[in-house]
Amino acid sequence: MFITNYIKEIFNGVKSLLTGMRITGYYFVHPKEIITEQYPDNRATLKMANRFRGEVVMIHNENNEHACTGCSACELACPNGTIKIINKFDINAEGKKKKAIDTFVYHLELCTMCNLCVIACPTDTIKMDQTFEHSVFDRSQLTKVLNRPGSKIKAGVE
Amino acid sequence: MFEEIGTTEDGYMVINIGPQHPATHGVLHLVMTLNGETIVKTEPHLGYIHRSIEKMSESLTYRQFIYATSRMDYLSSHINNHGCSLCVEKGLQIEVPERAQIIRVIMDELTRIASHELWWGAMAMDLGAFTPFFHAFRERETITEIMEETCGARLTMNYICPGGVMADLHPDFQKKVKSFITLYKSKINEYNELVTGNIIFQNRMKGVGYLSKEDAISFGCTGPVGRASGVSCDIRKLYPYEVYGKLQFDEILETAGDSFARYMVRIHEMNQSIRIIEQLIDNIPDGEFLAKTKAVLKLPKGEFYQRVETARGEFGVYIVSEGGTTPYRIKYRSPGFSNLSALPTMVKGSKIGDLIAAMGTLDLVIPDLDR
Repeated sequence: MFITNYIKEIFNGVKSLLTGMRITGYYFVHPKEIITEQYPDNRATLKMANRFRGEVVMIHNENNEHACTGCSACELACPNGTIKIINKFDINAEGKKKKAIDTFVYHLELCTMCNLCVIACPTDTIKMDQTFEHSVFDRSQLTKVLNRPGSKIKAGVE
Repeated sequence: MFEEIGTTEDGYMVINIGPQHPATHGVLHLVMTLNGETIVKTEPHLGYIHRSIEKMSESLTYRQFIYATSRMDYLSSHINNHGCSLCVEKGLQIEVPERAQIIRVIMDELTRIASHELWWGAMAMDLGAFTPFFHAFRERETITEIMEETCGARLTMNYICPGGVMADLHPDFQKKVKSFITLYKSKINEYNELVTGNIIFQNRMKGVGYLSKEDAISFGCTGPVGRASGVSCDIRKLYPYEVYGKLQFDEILETAGDSFARYMVRIHEMNQSIRIIEQLIDNIPDGEFLAKTKAVLKLPKGEFYQRVETARGEFGVYIVSEGGTTPYRIKYRSPGFSNLSALPTMVKGSKIGDLIAAMGTLDLVIPDLDR
């Protein structure tokens, strides 16, 4: 009795192994169903989803103008202190002082891509970019200034 | 306290499994007292990945603290965010638009399937089967792509905010979810054929890591671990939130209480999640996806508690508010911590190979235990 059970168990084990191996064998002879992407080789064709949150960037138009009024809503919305806005006062054509941003400092090393700053922005001047290859050799390179040099605020944005 | 390594007075060997060990999920440290190969005592040691999320949340506003919960149980991060949002909405008494509610529930169930699929692959890999891991990740990738398109992230979504969801659904969402359902239904048989029906696998799982119903209740085990021992603890059924009260789905209960029962509960739960998604995917109403809320959220003075069912069990958020813009105190009830506390009882007296089977079916996520 013991011997019969023992042999039966062996056959059952082998049978269930072969059932599993059938699936492995199926993929072995159907290499087209394998979906692995060879990442560094497909960089030219790799396209991230439009909403993918890679890093915060400031939108500039062709005249190097942005819409940031320096209201600090994003700075207040950020949970990690990623954004720091330094303001200055411009003197406009009528000789009045007007608040404008001097530097929009963005610490990528602190950012968790939570999207709260983008939602908080009243003028939609910052957005999430789809880049994701952020590794650099020096930590200081991760501190970025988002407003481009020489850029100024778009006319009509308050 | 405990012997780091060596021999106890009784002559038993003390060895450390973890914090960096292929058999542990993450940085779990188990101090094992062994008599030969038989386990005499197991002591889990935590704290290697403690980030004090609860304390950190006290200095963040009610909009800001939600992102941190994605970093606790990262496999069901969406459901954690959901729980926090619900708790804040409870305090503010905001009515969430129906469209947002249904989007949230569909996303929850997709997260649950993704989490269970990863668990299935990882657990089979613990037991020595390497192929299932790739099979599970192939289907999970479909879900993460859906998440990436709509939520903007693959793992730490932060898609839910108080009042609704951050963005509307992607135009392709319904089409992609439907194609995922078709894909899943053809693949679940493959899963069962590959692993569930395997005699060797069943012999390693049946009767291993037994947890009685009484123990499960006294340790506070919830989720698939509790339900495999016959404890009815599905928050979606017992305390329905959002639209779960109107949906048709079964609470999966097993009575065996062993590793195989826990395994089967999760396999059946994936099917139930598919059933929920099928009911909702064609019935997403038009309308707002985000309710109008004030710019600065202030919860009234008092205490608020909300529980949700994550992939691992009951997740609770307890907020004490003093009426300010930041919470006075936040406490999270994480399912993994209670489930881990049952491990020493489950594996006592069994062989060390069974520890891996028992721990694999607990589905531990260590950042969830340590917060």
